[in-house]
Amino acid sequence: MATTHAEVKEAEASAGQSRVTNDLSIQVATVNGSGSQTANTVLLRAIFQMGIPVSAKNLFPSNIAGLPTWFTIRASRQGYIARRKDSEFLVAMNPETAEEDLLALKPGAACVYDERLNLKRLRNDVVFYPVPFDQLVAPVCPDARLRKLVRNMIYDGVLARLLGIDMQEIHTALRKQFKKKAKAVDLNFHAAQAGYEYAEKTFQKADPYYLERMDATRGKIIIDGNSAAALGAMFAGVTVVMWYPITPSSTLCEALIGYMKRYRIDPETGKATFAIVQAEDELAAIGMVLGAGWAGARAMTSTSGPGISLMAEFVGFGYYAEIPAVIYNIQRVGPSTGLPTRTSQGDILSTAFLSHGDTKHLMLFPCSVEECFSMSIEAFDLAEEFQTPVFVMCDLDLGMNNWMADPFPYPAKPLGRGKVLSLEDIKRLGGFARYKDVDGDGIGYRTLPGTPHPAAGYFTRGSGHNEKAIYSERPNDYVHNLDRLARKFETARRKVPMPVIQEGKAHEIGIISYGTSHWAVLESLDQLRQEHDIEAGYCRLRAYPFHPQVCDFIRRHQRVYVVEQNRDAQMRSLLKLDLPADGVKKLRSVLHYDGLPLDARSVSGQILSQEAEN
Amino acid sequence: MATPTVPPASPAKVNRLGLEMASYKGNRSTLCAGCGHNAISERIIEACYEMGVEPHRVAKLSGIGCSSKSPAYFLGSAYGLNAVHGRMPSVATGAVLANRQLLALGVSGDGDTASIGIGQFVHLMRRNLPVLYIIEDNGVYGLTKGQFSATADLGSKLKTGVVNDLPAIDTCALAIQLGASYVARSFSGDKKQLLALLKGALAHHGTSMLDVISPCVTFNDHEGSTKSYSYVKDHDEPLADVSFVPFFEEISVDYDPGSTTDITMHDGSHLLLKKLATDYDPTNKTEALRLLTESHDKGEIITGLFYVDTKRESFLDLLNLVDEPLATLPESRVRPPKQVLDELMEELR
Repeated sequence: MATTHAEVKEAEASAGQSRVTNDLSIQVATVNGSGSQTANTVLLRAIFQMGIPVSAKNLFPSNIAGLPTWFTIRASRQGYIARRKDSEFLVAMNPETAEEDLLALKPGAACVYDERLNLKRLRNDVVFYPVPFDQLVAPVCPDARLRKLVRNMIYDGVLARLLGIDMQEIHTALRKQFKKKAKAVDLNFHAAQAGYEYAEKTFQKADPYYLERMDATRGKIIIDGNSAAALGAMFAGVTVVMWYPITPSSTLCEALIGYMKRYRIDPETGKATFAIVQAEDELAAIGMVLGAGWAGARAMTSTSGPGISLMAEFVGFGYYAEIPAVIYNIQRVGPSTGLPTRTSQGDILSTAFLSHGDTKHLMLFPCSVEECFSMSIEAFDLAEEFQTPVFVMCDLDLGMNNWMADPFPYPAKPLGRGKVLSLEDIKRLGGFARYKDVDGDGIGYRTLPGTPHPAAGYFTRGSGHNEKAIYSERPNDYVHNLDRLARKFETARRKVPMPVIQEGKAHEIGIISYGTSHWAVLESLDQLRQEHDIEAGYCRLRAYPFHPQVCDFIRRHQRVYVVEQNRDAQMRSLLKLDLPADGVKKLRSVLHYDGLPLDARSVSGQILSQEAEN
Repeated sequence: MATPTVPPASPAKVNRLGLEMASYKGNRSTLCAGCGHNAISERIIEACYEMGVEPHRVAKLSGIGCSSKSPAYFLGSAYGLNAVHGRMPSVATGAVLANRQLLALGVSGDGDTASIGIGQFVHLMRRNLPVLYIIEDNGVYGLTKGQFSATADLGSKLKTGVVNDLPAIDTCALAIQLGASYVARSFSGDKKQLLALLKGALAHHGTSMLDVISPCVTFNDHEGSTKSYSYVKDHDEPLADVSFVPFFEEISVDYDPGSTTDITMHDGSHLLLKKLATDYDPTNKTEALRLLTESHDKGEIITGLFYVDTKRESFLDLLNLVDEPLATLPESRVRPPKQVLDELMEELR
């Protein structure tokens, strides 16, 4: 490998192009079920281990085997981790999409492809690196059955040679992937080596893209949002987990099962300090969560759009009967079945007001894996403090993709269990009124079922009730109760996670976003400043109800762009409800809803075109 | 919480906890006078009193409908939760998993169970979670003024003359087939049998399913209905004479080993089934299902304990839960220490 550098330099000189270092996207196009996941993960990790900021997006079909899938890896020396529309390197392994994928490349890009696909004839402005995958895999993998799985590792080796990835890092990443399975490590590494050697022997480097070591990932971790949320739930002390499988949320509970089995078995008795049940449907999952929350447990479920729709009736019950619950909504593309494996922020309005009658719910909007962890813990505290369902609004992009992050900090605060009266409290008070606003914050006191005192019990119902939890159809009781619930929501406004605000130079243009849209906006802010001298202010929403600072931010800007991943400007609509008429007029939209993660160019483009009309 | 009662006779009669019957009563019923559901509430009060159930340990759970209103009319100092239509089983499951020391007493109706709630019903039966599930079964939607439910018998008539042309769902057969471990049918008018079956269910560790035929005096107590008082009285075929001896009492003298099946419950109490017409083995699942099918074909309403399995693991055992309620485990047992997070972070580097 020592000679690589010199040869590469030589090649570069002959190509006469200026070198592009640590700023490229690699798109790997495969067929799902072909075992490309290992090769792609290893590639991602190897770049990460070289200290280069990296991100990955897996675009996969709603299918088990045989349909096209794309895996995009972006390396960015500036640390940008949003999706980029263009790729500099295409690895074309899927005969069905190869031509289309190739034609989408911009001039000057490079294409590594399965020789049999004969792509060279299609373009003359792309650098081609044909690889005879089948010929290369046979000698390194004598077992024909395994070849399909190992074959993909060859492109890791080819890319390592072409881009300058250290093979040692490929080896380290494989060890991480297969842990103690030394045979699997060797087999896959030999395939990668075969690819490397073939590229070394065969190709003249004719593209300008390189990866070089940096020191920007030291100490960082790589994790997907669903696993991060699962970790958060475990450290939030969750005890009851009810779920029904649905993409893209299933991996949250599956990860949680793994963590809980490892760390939440009582060492003395060998028994579980948790109950995790795969329910018969989402109706049952939320019912079980509410039953458990009512009985005092920290209970959660995780689902996506169709599940949220099914849970509507019960969530209204949770709101009105005031029962804590944490519900993860890993948003995917709707309506209906929609695009089950594509990302969206399309459930904002339906979740905010889920269920019939006057209902509104607390929602948290994590943008990163760190926030999936920390907001999980906050969600459980808020649910018990406010005795209400709390939604953690993730999306497929955050939940199912791998993201680099700083290690998560251990929670600083003890569990906040909310207003629960103990046996001693009841003895001292002689009784209590479940729905009475004793403290003026709209939050009543509750007792937990099983409290051994005749005055501790009460009747919880979704029908009309008075302060003492007794059935009532009296107009005054109803209004009194509903107004208190509204007061409770107002209290929450200042207790939920604050927005993150970054001031611009002049208060002319403001941008508002939330969740994963944040990463494209961050990059867009730089594009607007560097390329157009626009210094916009930025407010990242982290929760609903909106903190008063959000309205202040809108007030002090002339035009405010709400960036989100849905068709109907759902967050903008929600903001409008909190704003005076002159505030409403300031709001504009940047919308993206094709199911792919948002990219910065789309944000900048939509803002610039609207500014031009100004 | 109010427990309006008649003044106790003196000296007050108390149960083994020192509680009077009054401690087990609830609010005044708002159901129709003569409603079979009220008789069931009375039997629940007696059963809990006689068994010495601690009211605070009881979680009264229900869905929606006339039946689901009834938990307000017994055990006033217990905890209650009136959920949404057909979804009591899931709430019961969550509550029991959160606090395994609770005694979940679910009351449902035939509409709440056999129509809108059938999905949750069958899965509760499968799991064999310790829940006492009572169906107050009148074959009709009372609260929406008299539409057929899915337990209405084929050919039975509504007051309006409408004839039911679909076969009935037999909730007992379904429960047995799916894995409930204590399955019985009774009649709200049969005080002795219903009380004994309720007490047996309270002593059982697993899912107890009691389908109690409970005539609706307003919408379904007329000629042509197969769930009217007169019809059920004429067609009721008790399987056995049921009596129950709690673990804290000696078995009484009329025990006759030759003619009585003795079932020992988890807590050491005894359910005694004195043979009537048939020689019936309530631990045989296949026989139970055969009996239900045959009696249905004959147009008989068999009542009694159809099936019991005191050996089957409950869902709590299956989940290997700690002995204490999950709901109140201290932070030290539910939030792993910092070194666990450090270890996990190290693995993800």
